[in-house]
Amino acid sequence: MRYLPLTDADRDAMLAVIGAGSVDELFADVPAAARLAEPIAGLPNHASEMAVERHMARLSADNLTAGAAPFFLGAGAYRHHIPASVDHMIQRGEFLTAYTPYQPEIAQGTLQVLFEFQTQVARLFGTDVANASLYDGSTACWEAIAMAARITKRNKAIISSGLHAHYVETARTMAKFTGDELVTSAPELVAEPDDAAVIAAIDGGTSCVVVQYPDVLGRIPDLAAIAQAAQAKGALLIAVVTEPVALGLLESPGSLGADIVVGEGQSIGVGLQFGGPYLGLFGCREKFLRQIPGRLCGETVDADGKRGFVLTLSTREQHIRREKATSNICTNSGLCALAFSIHMTLLGGEGLSKMAKASHMRARQTAERLSAIPGVAVINRHYFNEFAVTLPHDARQVVRDLADRQVLGGVSLGRLYPHVDALSGGLLVAATECTTDEDIETFATTLAEVLA
Amino acid sequence: MNELNPSGWRPAMGASAPPDTIETFTGNRALQLEEALLFELGSPDRSGVDFDDIPDFDTALLGPNARKARLDLPGLSEPETVRHYTRLSRQNYAIDLGLFPLGSCTMKHNPRLDEKVARFPGFADVHPLQPVQTVQGALSAINELAVWLIELTGMHGVAMTPKAGAHGELCGLLCIRAALEAKGDPRAVILVPESAHGTNPATAAFAGYRVENIPATTDGRVDVDALKARLGPDVAGVMITNPNTCGLFESELKNIADAVHAIGGYVYCDGANFNAIVGRVRPGDLGVDAMHINLHKTFSTPHGGGGPGSGPVVLSEALSPFGPLPFTSRQADGSMKLIEEEQAHEEHPQAFGRMCAFHGQMGMFTRALTYILSHGADGLRQVSGDAVLNANYILRSLEDVLDAPFGAAGPCMHEALFSDDGFAEGFTTLDLAKGLIDEGYHPMTVYFPLVVHGAMLIEPTETESKAGLDQFIGAMRSLAERARAGDELLKSAPHLAPRRRLDETLAARKPKLVYKPA
Repeated sequence: MRYLPLTDADRDAMLAVIGAGSVDELFADVPAAARLAEPIAGLPNHASEMAVERHMARLSADNLTAGAAPFFLGAGAYRHHIPASVDHMIQRGEFLTAYTPYQPEIAQGTLQVLFEFQTQVARLFGTDVANASLYDGSTACWEAIAMAARITKRNKAIISSGLHAHYVETARTMAKFTGDELVTSAPELVAEPDDAAVIAAIDGGTSCVVVQYPDVLGRIPDLAAIAQAAQAKGALLIAVVTEPVALGLLESPGSLGADIVVGEGQSIGVGLQFGGPYLGLFGCREKFLRQIPGRLCGETVDADGKRGFVLTLSTREQHIRREKATSNICTNSGLCALAFSIHMTLLGGEGLSKMAKASHMRARQTAERLSAIPGVAVINRHYFNEFAVTLPHDARQVVRDLADRQVLGGVSLGRLYPHVDALSGGLLVAATECTTDEDIETFATTLAEVLA
Repeated sequence: MNELNPSGWRPAMGASAPPDTIETFTGNRALQLEEALLFELGSPDRSGVDFDDIPDFDTALLGPNARKARLDLPGLSEPETVRHYTRLSRQNYAIDLGLFPLGSCTMKHNPRLDEKVARFPGFADVHPLQPVQTVQGALSAINELAVWLIELTGMHGVAMTPKAGAHGELCGLLCIRAALEAKGDPRAVILVPESAHGTNPATAAFAGYRVENIPATTDGRVDVDALKARLGPDVAGVMITNPNTCGLFESELKNIADAVHAIGGYVYCDGANFNAIVGRVRPGDLGVDAMHINLHKTFSTPHGGGGPGSGPVVLSEALSPFGPLPFTSRQADGSMKLIEEEQAHEEHPQAFGRMCAFHGQMGMFTRALTYILSHGADGLRQVSGDAVLNANYILRSLEDVLDAPFGAAGPCMHEALFSDDGFAEGFTTLDLAKGLIDEGYHPMTVYFPLVVHGAMLIEPTETESKAGLDQFIGAMRSLAERARAGDELLKSAPHLAPRRRLDETLAARKPKLVYKPA
C-alpha cells in the first residue's frame, strides 16, 4: 500500500518493543463481538493510482461542465475567471498540509494570510473588523442572526423576501431549535426590492433585519434607508452579499449603515465545485467584537519585540467556553480564505473594479438580447450581474430543455421556490467576465427555439 | 574525512562568530525570509490580472448605490504575488515537512492524487444548481462515498451536507431532536463526558439543550455508573467520543447505548478518532445512532491551515428519516436523483430541514472517495492497524521518561497520552511543546483532554515510518529529560523558529484585527 511506510519487519520490531504478539492484540479493549476478523466483505480492496484515477475520470466525464457550455447560472455561486497562480499557490504543501495555527511560532505564514484576509474583507464590506472565515454564506448568515439576538437580547428576525431561498431554509432549520422567530415571505417578480415591506415589519421586538445585497433576483436594496429604520427601533441590519464582486461597483454595505455584513466568498478565487467547499465572510462593527463567531487573528509581538500574529479572543470559542461559546464552530474555511486573499491581491482595487465592470456589461448585453425574444421580459429596474426574467412556460422545464441542447441557461425560481406557483415562470440569469458574445447568442437562439 | 565528504576538503573558515549575534541589513537570515504585509507592499493601482478596457462605462442600471470611489484594496503584479505567498508559506510547519503529532487531529499524509482528482472539471467546474441531468457523475461520486461511509460504519443512512465536524455534531443532534419531537417527547438534557472536545457541549447548547457533564473514571473512560444513574425521561441522549480523547476505546459503549435506548434516548458518537478503528470496528454494531466522520481526519482531505473540513453524519435506522436535505438517491436504472425541498414531501417528509446552501463539501468528497478507493477495505484496515501500532510504539518508548497516566491499563488506540508529572518545579507542558519546535517538529496537542494534568496527546498516524518515529522518540526523550532536570533554556523555547513566543495577552487586551496605516 503506497501510503503506508511500515514494512512487516518494522511491525515485528515495534511489536517486540511494545510487548504484544500481534496488532490485533492492541485492540483487546474492543469487545470481541464488535471486532471484525477480516476486511469488511463486499467492498473492493486497494487499487493503484492509475486505476483510481481512471474510475474518477469516468465519473467526472459524466457531467456537463460550466466551461463546456454557454453558462448563465448564479443564485449564490458564480463562475469568474481564477488566475492560474491562485491554485498553484494554495497547493504549496506549507499551506495545504498545515493545521489550524495553534502554534504561532511556526504558523506565521497562515496567520499573516488570515490577518491580511480579515483586512481585505473588512475593506470590501466597509466594516470595522472581519473574522478569519466561516463555512459558507448560508451558515454565516445564520451565525449573524444568532449574534444579533445575543446583542439585542431580542429574538425576532425580519428576513427580506430577497434573501436566497437556501439561506432562509438554513436559518429556518436552526431557528426551529433555538426558538428564534423568523418573519419570512417569498419574493415577488417585480422591478424593485421589498425595502418598504421590510421597513414596515420592524418593531420593538425585532433583533435584526436580514437583507441580501444585491438580492436573490439581482435587485439592489436601499440599505441606508433600511439601516436607519432598523436602528431607530434598536434592531441591527445584517447585509448578505452572495456575489462580492458586486462591491467593486456598489457602495459597501458597511458604509451604508449595515451593522453586520456576511457573505459568500466563493466567486473570488474559490471556483464552483458543485457547491463546496465555499467561504463564509463575516464583518461587523468593532463594538461587537466579543460576540463574533469563529476564529480571529490578531497582531502582537514576540519575545524579541518582532511583529507577529496569533489567534486571539479565544475566550469566545468552544474549546475554552464549551457550552457557553458564541458558536460551536471549530474548523473554518482556511484554504478557501487563502484562495480568496490571493485572488484579491492579484486584482487589487482597480482589478476588482474592472472585473465588476466586465461582469455588469456582459449581464446588460445578455438582458438586452433576451428581451428581444417574444414572451421574455426582464423584471429588474437595477442589477449588477444577475437579473430575473419571466418566461411564458414553467422555467424548470425550460432549463431542462436548454440543458438537453447543451446550454446551461440560468436557475429557475421553481428550483428555489418549488411551492410558490407565482414564481414558476421566473428564471435567474447571471453573467460574468467569462461570458462571451457567442455564449449570449447561443443562449438567446436556443431559448427562442425552446419557447417556440 | 567522513562518509559524506570523502575528499576531506574543508573551506577556509573566517573568524567564528555565534550566529545569533550576526545582524543583517534586511532582517532576513539566509533562507529565513521576513515578509512585509500586503498593505505595506501593494497599491490599488497595481494588478496581476488583465482586463479589456471598457470605454464610456455606464452606471445607470446599477442605481443610486453605484460606487463613487474605488475600493482601497492593494494589488500586486503576478511575480510579486507569487513571491509574497511563497515567502509566507515558508514560515509554516506542515505535514509535508515532517511529523505532525497533534492528538485527535489525525494529521496524516495528504495524497496528491486526491488533489488532482478534485480538480477534474466534472467536479470542480460544475454549478450546484445545474439541472440534475447534467451532473450525474458528480451526484454519483457523492453517492459512492455515501455508500462507503455507511458500509464502513455499519449504519443505515448518511447526511452528507455538514461542512465540518462541529457542523456534523449539530446535524446529529438535530436528528435526535426531530426524532424525539416526532414522538411528542421533547427532552431537555444532553449528557457529555468531561473529557469531550469543546465542540460537543457547544453544539448541544446551540441545538437548544442543557448540557450536563459526566465524570471520567481513573482509568480514563466514561464513568458508566454515573452515566446510568443520571439517565431518565428528560435525557435526550449522550455524546460520546470513541475512541475517546484519552486515546482509549470505550469498551462499555454497547452497554451504555442499550441503557440510553431503554429510556428512549439516542447515542451520538463523536467520530473524530475513527482513524483508530476504521475497517476493524463498525460503530453501528455498538448501538450508535449518529456519528460524524471528519473527512479531513480519517480520509485525509487536507487541513489547509484550518479548513475546509467536511463532516458527513452516518445515521441509524431510527434517525435516518429525519436527516437533512438535500441528498442523493440512486434509481433502479442506475441514474442519480437529487432529493431537495421540491421532492421532500413525497420522498423524505420528516427531514429536519437544511444545514447549508447546496450539497456539502464536494471538493472534499472527491478527495475522500479517491483516498478510500486507493486504500480499499484491506488498506483501510491496515491504516487503523498501523496507526494504533505507531501510537503504542511511542507510548512504550517514552513511558519511562514521561508519565503515562493510563499506560499501565493496557494498550492505547491511535494516540498516546502523557502528563507533566515529574517535571522540575516551574516547568510545564508548554515548555516541552515549544522545545519540540526547536527540534523541528510541530508540538503535540497540549492541555487536552482536560482530565489529565498538563496533558500531552500524541497521534503519530499511520503514514510515519519507523525511522521517523525513532527520531521523534529521541527528541522527546531529550526534551523530557531537560524538563525533568529543569533546563532553563527550555523555558524560553523556541529559539530557532521564525518567531519566539508571542504575546497572546497583548493580542487579546488590545485587539488589532485589521491593518491600519500608521
